[in-house]
Amino acid sequence: MKGSITLDTVPSNTFALITSINADGPTRRRLLDLGLVPGTRVEVLQRSPMGDPVAYNIRGAVIALRKEESSQVQTSR
Amino acid sequence: MGLTYQSTGITSRENFNITCISNEPVIALAGNPNTGKSTLFNALTGLRQHTGNWPGKTVLQSKGTYIYNTRKYLVVDLPGTYSLLANSVEEEVARDFICFAKPEVTIVVVDSTCMERNLNMVLQVMEITSNVIVCLNLIDEARRKKIQIDTEKLSRTLGIPVIPTAARNKEGIEELMNTTNKLISGQIKPRPNLVKYDKKLEDAILHLESKIKPLLGDELSTRWIALRLLDRDTKLISALEDFYDKHKILEMSKEVMA
Repeated sequence: MKGSITLDTVPSNTFALITSINADGPTRRRLLDLGLVPGTRVEVLQRSPMGDPVAYNIRGAVIALRKEESSQVQTSR
Repeated sequence: MGLTYQSTGITSRENFNITCISNEPVIALAGNPNTGKSTLFNALTGLRQHTGNWPGKTVLQSKGTYIYNTRKYLVVDLPGTYSLLANSVEEEVARDFICFAKPEVTIVVVDSTCMERNLNMVLQVMEITSNVIVCLNLIDEARRKKIQIDTEKLSRTLGIPVIPTAARNKEGIEELMNTTNKLISGQIKPRPNLVKYDKKLEDAILHLESKIKPLLGDELSTRWIALRLLDRDTKLISALEDFYDKHKILEMSKEVMA
């Protein structure tokens, strides 16, 4: 399966490859600091009851991101 | 992640002024959250600090001393951060401390089981100060997971000492104290290999550095400030204003932003 989707729409228990970050300023900085650098493989772990935030395994640490952040991360599968 | 600077309105300035009074060498523990900074802190000082997540307070709360070779050292446990680029109060506290309180040594505590995500922080600290030691903590955990780390090579590549430890079992603590001691007395002189950026950026850094130097002197890493100004890090500028002559900084930032 190919195609470019944002991280928030990647289904649970699957992997996604980061291709780019569509944010700038502090948000971009923040996402990069968390390890969301292009080329990183991220595992989508689980969604919270309301569907937001979602827990991701990013380079060995589990980090929860809200939709407003994860929707700015472009991925391919 | 954490409270934002705006939401608490705490300035981190008061938080570390107290540490500047004493004349013992100051050692700062920095690093990502959950890498065992507080465990290491307790192993070093023999205290039993349970550090909670109180943004801004952590610096005040977890201070301790230890004696090695008849010399007393002051250890400060900084809040865990992913970065030093100040998006939250914790990061701001950590950055201001490393940058303005100028600890004699900054120990960056790294989780040996997921190093790649931790090394970002090491590189950032290296840009601020050259008195850095990398502490590969949780090495027992890494061994259990069959992760082998070539500490020699890592140390050579980074240009700074790398010490593997398992703070939980006090493994490597002695060596960490010894290395810290050597660094303070000048027996070891770290030469951090800094990140080289592309030519355009390097030129801009050089240009800015020449302007920053007469204003701030050698007190701070001009390279780092130049980079932050290029990043348009307005919070750093306001932090600089707090610690140095306001007018000079304002002028400088205006010049730079133009």
